[in-house]
Amino acid sequence: MKPDMTVNCAGIRMRNPVMTASGTFGYGEEFAGYCDLESIGAFVTKGLSLKPRAGNPTPRIVETPGGMLNAIGLQNVGIDAFIAKKVPYIRSVKTPAIANFFGNTIDEYAEMARRLDEIHEVAGLEVNISCPNVKQGGIVFGTDPACAASVVSACRAVTKKPLIVKLSPNVTDVVAMAKACEDAGADCLSLINTLTGMAIDLNRRRPVLANVTGGFSGPAIKPIALRMVWQVAKAVKLPVIGIGGIMNATDALEFILAGATAVQVGTASFINPGAAQQIAEEMEAWLVANGVDDIKSLIGALEV
Amino acid sequence: MQFTSMILSNAEVSPGYWRMRMTAPQEFASASPGQFVMVRVNGAIDPLLRRPFGIFDVGIHTPAHSGAAPQPCFEMLYRVVGKGTGMLSALHETDLLDVLGPLGAGFDLGAPDEEKLIVGGGVGLAPLYLLAKELVKNSAVRLFAGGRTRDDVLCITEFERLGVECYSATEDGSLGEQGLVTEALVRRLDLLKGRATIYACGPHGMLNAVANIAAERKIPCQVSLEGYMACGVGACLGCVAPGSGHSPETPDFRCVCTEGPVFESGELKWRD
Repeated sequence: MKPDMTVNCAGIRMRNPVMTASGTFGYGEEFAGYCDLESIGAFVTKGLSLKPRAGNPTPRIVETPGGMLNAIGLQNVGIDAFIAKKVPYIRSVKTPAIANFFGNTIDEYAEMARRLDEIHEVAGLEVNISCPNVKQGGIVFGTDPACAASVVSACRAVTKKPLIVKLSPNVTDVVAMAKACEDAGADCLSLINTLTGMAIDLNRRRPVLANVTGGFSGPAIKPIALRMVWQVAKAVKLPVIGIGGIMNATDALEFILAGATAVQVGTASFINPGAAQQIAEEMEAWLVANGVDDIKSLIGALEV
Repeated sequence: MQFTSMILSNAEVSPGYWRMRMTAPQEFASASPGQFVMVRVNGAIDPLLRRPFGIFDVGIHTPAHSGAAPQPCFEMLYRVVGKGTGMLSALHETDLLDVLGPLGAGFDLGAPDEEKLIVGGGVGLAPLYLLAKELVKNSAVRLFAGGRTRDDVLCITEFERLGVECYSATEDGSLGEQGLVTEALVRRLDLLKGRATIYACGPHGMLNAVANIAAERKIPCQVSLEGYMACGVGACLGCVAPGSGHSPETPDFRCVCTEGPVFESGELKWRD
Protein backbone atom coordinates (compact mmCIF):
# COMPACT_ATOMS: atom_id res chain seq x y z
CA MET A 1 0.00 0.00 0.00
CA LYS A 2 1.19 3.51 -0.81
CA PRO A 3 1.91 5.44 2.37
CA ASP A 4 0.28 8.81 2.98
CA MET A 5 3.08 11.34 2.37
CA THR A 6 0.93 14.48 2.58
CA VAL A 7 1.52 17.13 5.21
CA ASN A 8 -0.18 20.39 6.00
CA CYS A 9 2.32 22.99 7.06
CA ALA A 10 0.53 26.03 8.50
CA GLY A 11 -2.18 25.74 5.83
CA ILE A 12 0.19 24.92 2.97
CA ARG A 13 -0.95 21.52 1.77
CA MET A 14 1.92 19.53 0.37
CA ARG A 15 1.97 16.19 -1.45
CA ASN A 16 5.04 15.28 0.59
CA PRO A 17 7.23 17.04 3.17
CA VAL A 18 10.11 17.85 0.80
CA MET A 19 10.65 21.49 -0.10
CA THR A 20 13.60 23.29 -1.67
CA ALA A 21 15.47 25.91 0.35
CA SER A 22 15.65 29.58 -0.61
CA GLY A 23 18.75 30.59 -2.54
CA THR A 24 19.48 27.08 -3.75
CA PHE A 25 16.71 26.65 -6.29
CA GLY A 26 16.55 29.97 -8.16
CA TYR A 27 12.95 30.79 -8.99
CA GLY A 28 12.12 27.18 -9.86
CA GLU A 29 12.52 27.30 -13.63
CA GLU A 30 16.33 26.89 -13.46
CA PHE A 31 15.72 23.28 -12.44
CA ALA A 32 13.18 22.32 -15.10
CA GLY A 33 14.45 19.17 -16.76
CA TYR A 34 16.40 18.08 -13.67
CA CYS A 35 13.80 18.05 -10.90
CA ASP A 36 10.09 17.44 -11.46
CA LEU A 37 8.59 20.19 -9.31
CA GLU A 38 5.30 18.31 -9.24
CA SER A 39 6.98 15.47 -7.37
CA ILE A 40 7.95 17.61 -4.37
CA GLY A 41 5.93 19.28 -1.62
CA ALA A 42 6.73 22.95 -2.23
CA PHE A 43 9.53 25.17 -3.45
CA VAL A 44 10.93 28.40 -2.05
CA THR A 45 12.20 31.28 -4.20
CA LYS A 46 15.48 33.13 -3.93
CA GLY A 47 15.15 35.87 -1.27
CA LEU A 48 13.30 38.85 -2.76
CA SER A 49 13.55 42.54 -1.94
CA LEU A 50 11.69 45.69 -3.01
CA LYS A 51 14.51 46.78 -5.32
CA PRO A 52 16.73 44.42 -7.34
CA ARG A 53 20.03 43.66 -5.63
CA ALA A 54 23.27 42.91 -7.48
CA GLY A 55 24.97 41.12 -4.60
CA ASN A 56 28.57 41.00 -3.42
CA PRO A 57 31.86 40.99 -5.37
CA THR A 58 33.51 37.63 -6.12
CA PRO A 59 34.77 35.19 -4.89
CA ARG A 60 31.32 34.53 -3.47
CA ILE A 61 31.57 30.83 -2.70
CA VAL A 62 34.19 28.43 -1.46
CA GLU A 63 34.06 24.73 -0.72
CA THR A 64 35.19 23.35 2.63
CA PRO A 65 35.25 19.71 3.78
CA GLY A 66 31.62 18.54 3.80
CA GLY A 67 30.26 22.00 3.18
CA MET A 68 30.46 25.33 1.44
CA LEU A 69 30.52 29.00 2.36
CA ASN A 70 28.56 31.56 0.37
CA ALA A 71 28.43 35.33 0.42
CA ILE A 72 26.17 36.01 -2.54
CA GLY A 73 24.80 39.15 -0.91
CA LEU A 74 21.11 38.45 -1.56
CA GLN A 75 21.36 39.07 -5.32
CA ASN A 76 17.79 38.99 -6.65
CA VAL A 77 15.62 40.43 -9.40
CA GLY A 78 13.43 42.51 -7.08
CA ILE A 79 9.69 42.24 -6.52
CA ASP A 80 8.61 43.95 -9.77
CA ALA A 81 10.70 41.69 -12.03
CA PHE A 82 9.62 38.72 -9.93
CA ILE A 83 5.98 39.48 -10.71
CA ALA A 84 6.62 40.20 -14.39
CA LYS A 85 9.13 37.46 -15.23
CA LYS A 86 9.03 34.70 -12.63
CA VAL A 87 5.40 34.40 -11.56
CA PRO A 88 4.23 33.16 -15.00
CA TYR A 89 6.41 30.06 -14.59
CA ILE A 90 5.25 29.57 -11.00
CA ARG A 91 1.63 29.73 -12.25
CA SER A 92 2.33 26.82 -14.62
CA VAL A 93 3.48 24.51 -11.79
CA LYS A 94 0.96 22.71 -9.63
CA THR A 95 3.11 22.86 -6.50
CA PRO A 96 2.91 25.51 -3.78
CA ALA A 97 5.49 28.27 -4.26
CA ILE A 98 6.75 30.03 -1.16
CA ALA A 99 8.24 33.51 -1.62
CA ASN A 100 11.25 34.17 0.59
CA PHE A 101 11.83 37.88 1.22
CA PHE A 102 13.76 40.41 3.26
CA GLY A 103 14.01 44.15 3.83
CA ASN A 104 16.44 46.67 5.26
CA THR A 105 13.88 48.16 7.65
CA ILE A 106 10.71 46.98 9.33
CA ASP A 107 8.72 49.15 6.90
CA GLU A 108 10.40 47.43 3.96
CA TYR A 109 9.60 44.00 5.38
CA ALA A 110 5.96 45.01 5.77
CA GLU A 111 5.83 46.49 2.27
CA MET A 112 7.26 43.28 0.82
CA ALA A 113 4.75 41.16 2.74
CA ARG A 114 1.93 43.38 1.46
CA ARG A 115 3.12 43.13 -2.16
CA LEU A 116 3.57 39.34 -1.96
CA ASP A 117 0.17 38.95 -0.29
CA GLU A 118 -1.41 40.30 -3.50
CA ILE A 119 0.17 37.60 -5.68
CA HIS A 120 -2.33 34.78 -6.07
CA GLU A 121 0.39 32.30 -7.16
CA VAL A 122 2.33 32.73 -3.91
CA ALA A 123 1.11 30.06 -1.48
CA GLY A 124 3.06 31.31 1.50
CA LEU A 125 5.65 33.79 2.69
CA GLU A 126 9.01 32.98 4.26
CA VAL A 127 10.57 35.91 6.09
CA ASN A 128 14.36 35.96 6.06
CA ILE A 129 15.35 37.70 9.30
CA SER A 130 18.98 36.74 9.07
CA CYS A 131 20.26 39.59 6.90
CA PRO A 132 22.18 42.59 8.27
CA ASN A 133 20.10 45.68 8.99
CA VAL A 134 22.12 48.56 7.65
CA LYS A 135 19.73 51.25 8.84
CA GLN A 136 19.88 50.17 12.47
CA GLY A 137 23.66 50.19 12.74
CA GLY A 138 24.36 46.59 11.92
CA ILE A 139 21.89 44.89 14.23
CA VAL A 140 20.69 41.68 12.71
CA PHE A 141 16.94 41.19 13.02
CA GLY A 142 17.50 37.49 13.36
CA THR A 143 19.63 37.65 16.48
CA ASP A 144 17.48 39.86 18.69
CA PRO A 145 14.11 38.44 19.84
CA ALA A 146 12.43 41.87 20.20
CA CYS A 147 13.63 42.97 16.74
CA ALA A 148 12.50 39.70 15.19
CA ALA A 149 9.10 40.06 16.85
CA SER A 150 8.60 43.54 15.41
CA VAL A 151 9.38 42.29 11.89
CA VAL A 152 6.98 39.39 12.28
CA SER A 153 4.14 41.56 13.70
CA ALA A 154 4.56 44.10 10.91
CA CYS A 155 4.30 41.37 8.28
CA ARG A 156 1.48 39.59 10.09
CA ALA A 157 -0.57 42.78 10.00
CA VAL A 158 -0.59 42.89 6.19
CA THR A 159 -0.94 39.26 5.12
CA LYS A 160 -3.31 36.39 5.76
CA LYS A 161 -1.12 33.99 3.79
CA PRO A 162 0.86 31.43 5.79
CA LEU A 163 3.80 33.28 7.32
CA ILE A 164 6.97 31.24 7.82
CA VAL A 165 9.87 32.79 9.73
CA LYS A 166 13.34 31.49 8.81
CA LEU A 167 15.52 31.45 11.89
CA SER A 168 19.23 32.08 12.10
CA PRO A 169 21.42 29.61 14.01
CA ASN A 170 23.86 32.40 14.88
CA VAL A 171 22.26 33.03 18.26
CA THR A 172 22.86 31.96 21.83
CA ASP A 173 19.28 30.81 22.40
CA VAL A 174 17.34 29.74 19.33
CA VAL A 175 14.33 28.81 21.47
CA ALA A 176 13.97 32.43 22.66
CA MET A 177 13.96 33.57 19.03
CA ALA A 178 11.40 30.91 18.10
CA LYS A 179 9.06 31.86 20.94
CA ALA A 180 9.32 35.57 20.12
CA CYS A 181 8.29 34.82 16.52
CA GLU A 182 5.46 32.54 17.64
CA ASP A 183 4.10 35.21 19.99
CA ALA A 184 4.35 37.84 17.24
CA GLY A 185 2.03 35.88 14.96
CA ALA A 186 4.18 33.55 12.85
CA ASP A 187 2.39 30.49 11.44
CA CYS A 188 5.46 28.33 11.01
CA LEU A 189 9.21 28.39 11.70
CA SER A 190 11.91 27.18 9.33
CA LEU A 191 15.43 26.51 10.55
CA ILE A 192 18.33 26.68 10.24
CA ASN A 193 19.68 29.37 7.93
CA THR A 194 23.45 29.21 7.30
CA LEU A 195 26.03 29.47 10.06
CA THR A 196 28.46 32.36 9.79
CA GLY A 197 31.85 31.01 8.78
CA MET A 198 35.15 31.93 7.20
CA ALA A 199 37.87 30.46 5.01
CA ILE A 200 41.46 31.71 4.76
CA ASP A 201 43.96 31.38 1.94
CA LEU A 202 47.21 30.84 3.82
CA ASN A 203 49.55 31.60 0.92
CA ARG A 204 47.90 34.88 0.06
CA ARG A 205 47.25 35.63 3.74
CA ARG A 206 43.78 36.79 2.79
CA PRO A 207 40.22 35.62 3.34
CA VAL A 208 38.97 33.49 0.44
CA LEU A 209 35.62 35.27 0.17
CA ALA A 210 35.54 38.90 -0.99
CA ASN A 211 33.02 39.50 1.80
CA VAL A 212 35.50 37.95 4.33
CA THR A 213 32.77 35.89 6.05
CA GLY A 214 30.00 33.79 4.53
CA GLY A 215 27.15 31.44 5.30
CA PHE A 216 28.18 27.85 5.95
CA SER A 217 25.91 25.12 4.59
CA GLY A 218 26.03 21.49 3.52
CA PRO A 219 26.18 18.11 5.25
CA ALA A 220 28.71 19.37 7.81
CA ILE A 221 26.04 21.48 9.55
CA LYS A 222 23.42 18.74 9.91
CA PRO A 223 24.11 17.85 13.58
CA ILE A 224 23.70 21.49 14.63
CA ALA A 225 20.53 21.86 12.58
CA LEU A 226 19.04 18.67 14.03
CA ARG A 227 19.75 19.83 17.56
CA MET A 228 18.13 23.24 16.97
CA VAL A 229 15.06 21.78 15.22
CA TRP A 230 14.60 19.34 18.11
CA GLN A 231 14.90 22.13 20.72
CA VAL A 232 12.50 24.46 18.89
CA ALA A 233 9.93 21.81 17.97
CA LYS A 234 9.62 20.88 21.66
CA ALA A 235 9.23 24.48 22.75
CA VAL A 236 6.64 25.87 20.31
CA LYS A 237 3.18 24.84 19.10
CA LEU A 238 3.86 25.95 15.51
CA PRO A 239 4.87 23.52 12.77
CA VAL A 240 8.61 23.53 12.11
CA ILE A 241 10.44 23.08 8.80
CA GLY A 242 13.84 21.41 9.20
CA ILE A 243 16.76 22.69 7.12
CA GLY A 244 20.48 22.00 7.26
CA GLY A 245 22.68 19.63 5.31
CA ILE A 246 19.95 17.29 4.07
CA MET A 247 21.55 15.15 1.35
CA ASN A 248 19.28 12.08 1.33
CA ALA A 249 16.06 10.52 2.66
CA THR A 250 17.75 9.35 5.86
CA ASP A 251 18.75 12.91 6.71
CA ALA A 252 15.24 14.17 5.91
CA LEU A 253 13.54 11.52 8.06
CA GLU A 254 15.86 12.32 10.98
CA PHE A 255 14.62 15.92 10.90
CA ILE A 256 11.02 14.68 10.89
CA LEU A 257 11.69 12.47 13.91
CA ALA A 258 13.25 15.51 15.61
CA GLY A 259 9.94 17.33 15.20
CA ALA A 260 9.91 18.84 11.71
CA THR A 261 6.64 18.70 9.76
CA ALA A 262 8.50 19.35 6.51
CA VAL A 263 12.10 19.72 5.36
CA GLN A 264 13.98 21.93 2.94
CA VAL A 265 16.72 20.59 0.71
CA GLY A 266 19.37 23.25 0.06
CA THR A 267 23.01 22.75 -0.89
CA ALA A 268 22.21 19.21 -2.14
CA SER A 269 20.38 20.75 -5.13
CA PHE A 270 23.63 22.41 -6.24
CA ILE A 271 25.40 19.06 -6.37
CA ASN A 272 22.48 17.09 -7.69
CA PRO A 273 19.75 19.23 -9.27
CA GLY A 274 17.28 16.36 -8.91
CA ALA A 275 18.06 15.92 -5.19
CA ALA A 276 14.68 17.09 -3.81
CA GLN A 277 12.73 14.77 -6.08
CA GLN A 278 14.99 11.82 -5.29
CA ILE A 279 14.77 12.45 -1.55
CA ALA A 280 10.95 12.52 -1.72
CA GLU A 281 10.94 9.22 -3.64
CA GLU A 282 13.44 7.58 -1.28
CA MET A 283 11.47 8.73 1.78
CA GLU A 284 8.36 7.05 0.44
CA ALA A 285 10.34 3.89 -0.25
CA TRP A 286 11.64 3.95 3.34
CA LEU A 287 8.10 4.21 4.69
CA VAL A 288 7.03 1.26 2.56
CA ALA A 289 10.03 -0.81 3.63
CA ASN A 290 9.40 -0.02 7.29
CA GLY A 291 5.64 -0.50 7.27
CA VAL A 292 4.85 3.14 8.09
CA ASP A 293 1.55 4.09 6.46
CA ASP A 294 1.55 7.83 7.23
CA ILE A 295 4.54 10.19 7.28
CA LYS A 296 2.74 12.32 9.88
CA SER A 297 3.13 9.50 12.41
CA LEU A 298 6.89 10.14 12.36
CA ILE A 299 6.74 13.86 13.16
CA GLY A 300 8.42 14.33 16.53
CA ALA A 301 8.41 10.55 17.10
CA LEU A 302 11.97 10.59 18.39
CA GLU A 303 12.34 8.49 21.52
CA VAL A 304 14.71 10.19 23.93
CA MET B 1 21.10 16.76 -18.94
CA GLN B 2 22.42 14.59 -16.11
CA PHE B 3 24.04 11.26 -16.98
CA THR B 4 26.43 8.57 -15.84
CA SER B 5 29.53 8.50 -17.94
CA MET B 6 32.11 5.74 -18.23
CA ILE B 7 35.76 6.68 -18.46
CA LEU B 8 37.38 5.37 -21.66
CA SER B 9 40.84 6.74 -20.98
CA ASN B 10 42.54 9.13 -18.55
CA ALA B 11 46.15 10.04 -19.20
CA GLU B 12 48.66 12.70 -18.21
CA VAL B 13 49.52 14.60 -21.40
CA SER B 14 52.03 17.00 -19.84
CA PRO B 15 53.24 17.29 -16.23
CA GLY B 16 50.12 18.17 -14.20
CA TYR B 17 47.73 18.17 -17.18
CA TRP B 18 45.38 15.31 -17.91
CA ARG B 19 43.12 14.35 -20.74
CA MET B 20 40.05 12.22 -20.09
CA ARG B 21 37.83 10.54 -22.66
CA MET B 22 34.40 9.40 -21.52
CA THR B 23 31.09 8.10 -22.85
CA ALA B 24 28.03 10.33 -23.34
CA PRO B 25 24.38 9.90 -24.33
CA GLN B 26 23.25 10.49 -27.94
CA GLU B 27 22.02 14.03 -27.20
CA PHE B 28 25.53 15.05 -26.16
CA ALA B 29 26.71 14.94 -29.79
CA SER B 30 25.04 18.35 -30.31
CA ALA B 31 27.27 20.05 -27.69
CA SER B 32 28.63 23.30 -29.11
CA PRO B 33 32.18 24.64 -28.75
CA GLY B 34 32.62 26.61 -25.54
CA GLN B 35 30.03 24.68 -23.54
CA PHE B 36 31.09 22.92 -20.37
CA VAL B 37 30.24 20.04 -18.05
CA MET B 38 29.96 19.78 -14.26
CA VAL B 39 31.56 16.57 -13.00
CA ARG B 40 31.12 14.95 -9.62
CA VAL B 41 34.46 13.27 -8.90
CA ASN B 42 32.97 10.79 -6.41
CA GLY B 43 29.81 10.13 -4.43
CA ALA B 44 31.22 11.26 -1.07
CA ILE B 45 30.78 14.66 0.59
CA ASP B 46 34.41 15.75 0.32
CA PRO B 47 34.87 17.17 -2.24
CA LEU B 48 31.26 18.25 -1.99
CA LEU B 49 30.76 20.25 -5.15
CA ARG B 50 30.99 19.34 -8.81
CA ARG B 51 33.89 20.69 -10.84
CA PRO B 52 33.38 22.59 -14.12
CA PHE B 53 35.40 21.55 -17.19
CA GLY B 54 35.39 22.82 -20.76
CA ILE B 55 34.52 20.29 -23.45
CA PHE B 56 37.75 19.61 -25.34
CA ASP B 57 36.32 17.38 -28.04
CA VAL B 58 33.20 15.43 -28.95
CA GLY B 59 33.34 12.24 -31.01
CA ILE B 60 32.17 8.68 -31.48
CA HIS B 61 33.63 5.81 -29.52
CA THR B 62 33.70 2.45 -31.27
CA PRO B 63 34.21 -0.31 -28.71
CA ALA B 64 37.02 -2.73 -29.53
CA HIS B 65 34.95 -5.86 -29.05
CA SER B 66 32.65 -6.91 -31.88
CA GLY B 67 28.92 -6.42 -31.66
CA ALA B 68 28.99 -3.33 -29.42
CA ALA B 69 27.35 -0.26 -30.92
CA PRO B 70 29.37 2.92 -31.48
CA GLN B 71 28.58 5.54 -28.83
CA PRO B 72 29.07 9.31 -28.50
CA CYS B 73 31.94 10.32 -26.28
CA PHE B 74 33.66 13.52 -25.19
CA GLU B 75 37.00 14.63 -23.86
CA MET B 76 38.13 17.00 -21.14
CA LEU B 77 41.57 18.53 -20.71
CA TYR B 78 42.20 19.42 -17.08
CA ARG B 79 44.93 20.55 -14.77
CA VAL B 80 45.41 18.99 -11.36
CA VAL B 81 45.09 21.95 -8.99
CA GLY B 82 43.58 20.50 -5.82
CA LYS B 83 41.78 17.66 -4.16
CA GLY B 84 38.97 17.23 -6.71
CA THR B 85 41.14 17.23 -9.81
CA GLY B 86 43.70 15.08 -7.96
CA MET B 87 41.03 12.44 -7.36
CA LEU B 88 39.88 12.72 -10.96
CA SER B 89 43.40 12.02 -12.19
CA ALA B 90 43.48 8.80 -10.13
CA LEU B 91 40.45 7.32 -11.92
CA HIS B 92 40.75 4.59 -14.52
CA GLU B 93 39.06 3.15 -17.59
CA THR B 94 35.55 1.78 -16.83
CA ASP B 95 35.20 3.97 -13.70
CA LEU B 96 31.89 5.85 -13.68
CA LEU B 97 31.29 9.57 -13.23
CA ASP B 98 28.12 11.62 -12.68
CA VAL B 99 28.07 14.42 -15.28
CA LEU B 100 25.80 17.43 -15.90
CA GLY B 101 25.96 18.99 -19.33
CA PRO B 102 26.50 20.30 -21.88
CA LEU B 103 25.94 23.59 -20.04
CA GLY B 104 26.17 27.30 -20.83
CA ALA B 105 26.36 29.40 -23.96
CA GLY B 106 29.24 28.60 -26.31
CA PHE B 107 31.14 30.50 -29.00
CA ASP B 108 29.52 32.27 -31.93
CA LEU B 109 31.28 30.86 -35.01
CA GLY B 110 31.27 34.21 -36.86
CA ALA B 111 31.35 34.78 -40.61
CA PRO B 112 33.16 32.31 -42.91
CA ASP B 113 35.30 34.83 -44.83
CA GLU B 114 37.11 36.30 -41.82
CA GLU B 115 40.34 35.06 -40.28
CA LYS B 116 39.90 33.36 -36.91
CA LEU B 117 42.54 34.05 -34.27
CA ILE B 118 42.42 31.75 -31.25
CA VAL B 119 44.37 32.63 -28.13
CA GLY B 120 44.84 30.08 -25.37
CA GLY B 121 46.82 30.09 -22.15
CA GLY B 122 47.64 26.81 -20.36
CA VAL B 123 44.55 24.76 -19.62
CA GLY B 124 42.55 27.53 -21.30
CA LEU B 125 43.13 25.56 -24.51
CA ALA B 126 40.53 23.07 -23.27
CA PRO B 127 37.41 24.55 -24.94
CA LEU B 128 39.35 25.89 -27.95
CA TYR B 129 40.05 22.59 -29.71
CA LEU B 130 36.40 21.83 -30.43
CA LEU B 131 36.06 25.46 -31.54
CA ALA B 132 39.03 25.15 -33.94
CA LYS B 133 37.58 21.93 -35.31
CA GLU B 134 34.41 23.80 -36.29
CA LEU B 135 36.13 26.96 -37.49
CA VAL B 136 38.56 25.23 -39.89
CA LYS B 137 35.57 24.04 -41.92
CA ASN B 138 35.01 27.57 -43.24
CA SER B 139 37.88 29.85 -42.25
CA ALA B 140 41.62 30.23 -41.94
CA VAL B 141 42.46 29.62 -38.28
CA ARG B 142 45.56 30.64 -36.33
CA LEU B 143 46.29 29.54 -32.78
CA PHE B 144 48.39 31.51 -30.30
CA ALA B 145 49.19 29.21 -27.39
CA GLY B 146 50.98 30.49 -24.34
CA GLY B 147 52.21 29.20 -21.02
CA ARG B 148 54.80 29.65 -18.32
CA THR B 149 56.96 26.79 -19.64
CA ARG B 150 56.75 24.22 -22.43
CA ASP B 151 54.80 21.95 -20.05
CA ASP B 152 51.92 24.45 -20.10
CA VAL B 153 51.52 24.47 -23.89
CA LEU B 154 49.21 21.57 -24.63
CA CYS B 155 48.05 19.50 -27.56
CA ILE B 156 49.56 21.74 -30.26
CA THR B 157 49.99 18.80 -32.64
CA GLU B 158 46.23 18.17 -32.43
CA PHE B 159 45.55 21.70 -33.60
CA GLU B 160 48.16 21.39 -36.36
CA ARG B 161 46.47 18.23 -37.61
CA LEU B 162 43.30 20.27 -38.10
CA GLY B 163 45.22 22.60 -40.39
CA VAL B 164 45.52 25.38 -37.82
CA GLU B 165 48.66 27.52 -38.04
CA CYS B 166 50.12 27.49 -34.53
CA TYR B 167 52.30 30.03 -32.75
CA SER B 168 53.56 29.37 -29.26
CA ALA B 169 55.17 31.52 -26.64
CA THR B 170 56.46 30.68 -23.17
CA GLU B 171 57.56 32.99 -20.40
CA ASP B 172 60.84 31.07 -19.95
CA GLY B 173 61.47 30.55 -23.66
CA SER B 174 61.43 26.74 -23.35
CA LEU B 175 59.02 26.48 -26.28
CA GLY B 176 58.38 28.91 -29.16
CA GLU B 177 59.32 32.49 -28.58
CA GLN B 178 60.09 33.89 -25.15
CA GLY B 179 57.47 36.25 -23.83
CA LEU B 180 53.72 36.65 -23.75
CA VAL B 181 51.49 35.08 -26.36
CA THR B 182 49.72 38.42 -26.84
CA GLU B 183 52.91 39.81 -28.46
CA ALA B 184 52.61 37.22 -31.25
CA LEU B 185 48.92 38.05 -31.57
CA VAL B 186 49.68 41.77 -31.99
CA ARG B 187 52.26 41.05 -34.71
CA ARG B 188 49.74 38.99 -36.62
CA LEU B 189 47.10 41.71 -36.25
CA ASP B 190 49.56 44.25 -37.69
CA LEU B 191 49.75 42.14 -40.87
CA LEU B 192 46.02 41.54 -41.04
CA LYS B 193 44.36 42.66 -44.28
CA GLY B 194 40.72 41.55 -44.06
CA ARG B 195 38.33 41.08 -41.18
CA ALA B 196 39.00 38.84 -38.22
CA THR B 197 37.50 37.53 -35.00
CA ILE B 198 39.47 36.73 -31.86
CA TYR B 199 38.57 33.88 -29.49
CA ALA B 200 40.35 33.55 -26.15
CA CYS B 201 40.42 31.38 -23.06
CA GLY B 202 43.03 31.34 -20.31
CA PRO B 203 44.20 33.17 -17.20
CA HIS B 204 42.30 36.37 -16.43
CA GLY B 205 45.36 38.57 -17.03
CA MET B 206 45.76 37.15 -20.52
CA LEU B 207 42.05 37.62 -21.29
CA ASN B 208 42.27 41.19 -20.05
CA ALA B 209 45.22 41.89 -22.38
CA VAL B 210 43.48 40.25 -25.34
CA ALA B 211 40.25 42.18 -24.65
CA ASN B 212 42.16 45.47 -24.59
CA ILE B 213 44.01 44.64 -27.83
CA ALA B 214 40.70 43.75 -29.52
CA ALA B 215 39.03 46.92 -28.26
CA GLU B 216 41.86 49.19 -29.50
CA ARG B 217 41.68 47.66 -32.96
CA LYS B 218 37.88 47.30 -32.97
CA ILE B 219 38.11 43.58 -33.70
CA PRO B 220 35.26 41.37 -32.44
CA CYS B 221 36.47 39.22 -29.56
CA GLN B 222 34.86 36.43 -27.57
CA VAL B 223 36.32 35.23 -24.29
CA SER B 224 35.52 32.13 -22.28
CA LEU B 225 35.62 32.74 -18.52
CA GLU B 226 36.28 30.45 -15.61
CA GLY B 227 34.03 30.90 -12.61
CA TYR B 228 33.96 29.35 -9.16
CA MET B 229 30.50 27.83 -9.18
CA ALA B 230 28.48 25.36 -7.12
CA CYS B 231 25.64 24.42 -9.47
CA GLY B 232 26.30 25.27 -13.15
CA VAL B 233 22.62 25.98 -13.78
CA GLY B 234 22.25 29.60 -12.63
CA ALA B 235 20.97 28.98 -9.11
CA CYS B 236 23.91 29.54 -6.75
CA LEU B 237 24.97 32.88 -8.30
CA GLY B 238 28.52 32.18 -7.17
CA CYS B 239 30.18 32.51 -10.58
CA VAL B 240 29.16 36.02 -11.63
CA ALA B 241 31.55 38.35 -13.52
CA PRO B 242 31.27 42.14 -13.65
CA GLY B 243 29.65 43.46 -16.85
CA SER B 244 31.00 46.51 -18.74
CA GLY B 245 28.77 48.96 -16.87
CA HIS B 246 29.69 47.61 -13.45
CA SER B 247 30.66 49.95 -10.64
CA PRO B 248 30.11 49.77 -6.89
CA GLU B 249 27.26 52.28 -7.30
CA THR B 250 25.69 50.61 -10.36
CA PRO B 251 26.43 46.92 -9.98
CA ASP B 252 26.13 44.82 -13.14
CA PHE B 253 26.92 41.13 -12.73
CA ARG B 254 26.67 38.44 -15.42
CA CYS B 255 26.19 34.78 -14.54
CA VAL B 256 29.14 32.85 -16.02
CA CYS B 257 27.40 29.45 -16.09
CA THR B 258 24.18 30.45 -17.87
CA GLU B 259 24.86 33.80 -19.63
CA GLY B 260 28.40 32.56 -20.43
CA PRO B 261 30.94 31.05 -20.08
CA VAL B 262 31.56 32.73 -23.47
CA PHE B 263 31.00 36.50 -23.64
CA GLU B 264 31.70 39.20 -26.20
CA SER B 265 34.70 40.86 -24.53
CA GLY B 266 32.97 44.26 -24.80
CA GLU B 267 30.16 43.04 -22.54
CA LEU B 268 32.54 42.64 -19.61
CA LYS B 269 34.46 44.97 -17.34
CA TRP B 270 38.27 44.98 -17.83
CA ARG B 271 41.22 46.88 -16.39
CA ASP B 272 42.70 49.42 -18.85
